[in-house]
Amino acid sequence: MASGRHPVTKGVVRWIVLIALSAFLLLMLMPFIMVAINSVKTEAEFAQYGPLSLPHGLNFTSLIDFWNRVNFSQVLINSTYISLTVAILGVVLSLLNAFALGLGKIRGRVWILIFFLMANFLPQEALAYPLYYFAKFFHVYDQAIAVILVFMVIQSAFGTYLLSSVFSSFPRELIEAATLDGCSKLGLLQYIVAPLSLPTLSVLFVFFFIWTWNEFFLPLILLPSNANQTVPLALAVNQGQYGMNITAQSASGLLGILPCIIFFLIFQRTLTRGITAGGIK
Amino acid sequence: MKRKTSSIDKGYGIFLIPGIIAFLIIIIFPFMINLGISFTMWRGVRAPVWIGLKNFQTLIQDSVFWLSFKNDLILLVAMTVIPTIVGLVLATFLFDYITNNFGQNVSSFFRAGFYLPQIIPGAVAAIVWEWILQPDWGVVNYVLKGIGLSSWTRDWFGNPSTALLAVMVVLVWVQVGYPVVIFMAALQRIEPELLEAASIDGASWFQKFYYITIHLIRPEILVVILTTSIYTLKIFGQVYVLTRGGPGNATSVPSYYAYKNFFETQQVGYGSAISLAVAAIIIVLTIIFINIQSRQEREESV
Repeated sequence: MASGRHPVTKGVVRWIVLIALSAFLLLMLMPFIMVAINSVKTEAEFAQYGPLSLPHGLNFTSLIDFWNRVNFSQVLINSTYISLTVAILGVVLSLLNAFALGLGKIRGRVWILIFFLMANFLPQEALAYPLYYFAKFFHVYDQAIAVILVFMVIQSAFGTYLLSSVFSSFPRELIEAATLDGCSKLGLLQYIVAPLSLPTLSVLFVFFFIWTWNEFFLPLILLPSNANQTVPLALAVNQGQYGMNITAQSASGLLGILPCIIFFLIFQRTLTRGITAGGIK
Repeated sequence: MKRKTSSIDKGYGIFLIPGIIAFLIIIIFPFMINLGISFTMWRGVRAPVWIGLKNFQTLIQDSVFWLSFKNDLILLVAMTVIPTIVGLVLATFLFDYITNNFGQNVSSFFRAGFYLPQIIPGAVAAIVWEWILQPDWGVVNYVLKGIGLSSWTRDWFGNPSTALLAVMVVLVWVQVGYPVVIFMAALQRIEPELLEAASIDGASWFQKFYYITIHLIRPEILVVILTTSIYTLKIFGQVYVLTRGGPGNATSVPSYYAYKNFFETQQVGYGSAISLAVAAIIIVLTIIFINIQSRQEREESV
């Protein structure tokens, strides 16, 4: 930079740049801030001072009303149960697949991997109607298990792809040594490969959990009744219903955001590690 | 000796069995059935009627399908083009300037901030923005009125001329953080000496950016472009919440159009044909993606 020659000017420029960038970030985060401050206002306060004023006090009426209206406790339990189960089963399935494909010299492994990746990328509408039909046929329609099974496979398709490439560079000496000592394949997986790949497995776990939490299309089709819906679904379906007022709508946005912010704070490190490891979203 | 290698490399197949079975039931079998349905006329109740390629013939002449597809191409600007460019500038700036002047923590803080919209469900992002762009009391119209630009206020999602643009704003907001994180990680590969040497040789900031940075993180740029293109074709939740494809079909996308045929107008066969058209494009993009990735891996291992 031209001003770099002058230490004093440079010092000032640095701070101006930082302030400009902070202003940009603030603008990016404005939707979160707006939803947060307007969820704790009364309707009268909103009507009088508009959306930009800071709340005069913390009024949780809108949040509580909306919470009760959509039975948010139940919805949170549904989402947590579905996402957690998918994350666990998805990681186990990915591990089994990747163990076979990444370490074993199975014929056509590259093609199998491509199939797995495609399964993850495939538009869900290309599976939706048959899955909807099966779910009804097998009497799991409108039950969490239907969504769990589907996402377990869809997520593990990606997990298999990522984990196999990690395993293809797994130290061969370890496997040879363990095999010579009489370790079975199952023992190899259980005592050597799984513990050593724990960091990658935890990345997959976090991503499967969040991806499943955020899913919309297939849960919309497979979970019609209010009592079984997930967080995004319950909020979207209740949007604009029951003559919802202004503050209730912002409360609905805030309730959708909060769990994700909590996950983000808990899993921040794992998330960054994961995104950078696999080019994954 | 021979025995040893064989016992090491064999016996893995059995671990693939659960995965293959689950994969067949949940992905392959439904996909094949969907393919079959696309050759039929089916309202979802009585038995489907075989009509050969008729759905695909209708598809080619269906202006709503082409409009949906065109909308997806426009949304590519919001999902891929703008985030990649803005992400590139932001990532380089954070990596180059902010980290050098204020340290790693400040720059990580900004990265996390820009990434935040990425972690909330697309449908929730849509709910938030529907509230912000609400015509009567939304923040945007409120601010416009406040600064004397009342004539600029719009029913953003209800007006055919602004609806798609409003959807794009939401998508850009959600999407920008993704390339920032990927590119910042990629930039760590660049040797600082290389940039210093270029500076000594008199290269301007832009020259360094163009000839060194962009060139070295090209693999990540391609990954971002391809993955976000695939995500564009899969957009559904935002459109469902914000506009239901309306007004008219102004913001319809193929995924939503397929959904509408499946579950609203009960044209299941036709919906299947639409979904297959989208699947075909995604499969082609995936093949390109895999080719590029394996080429990169080969280059890296050299």
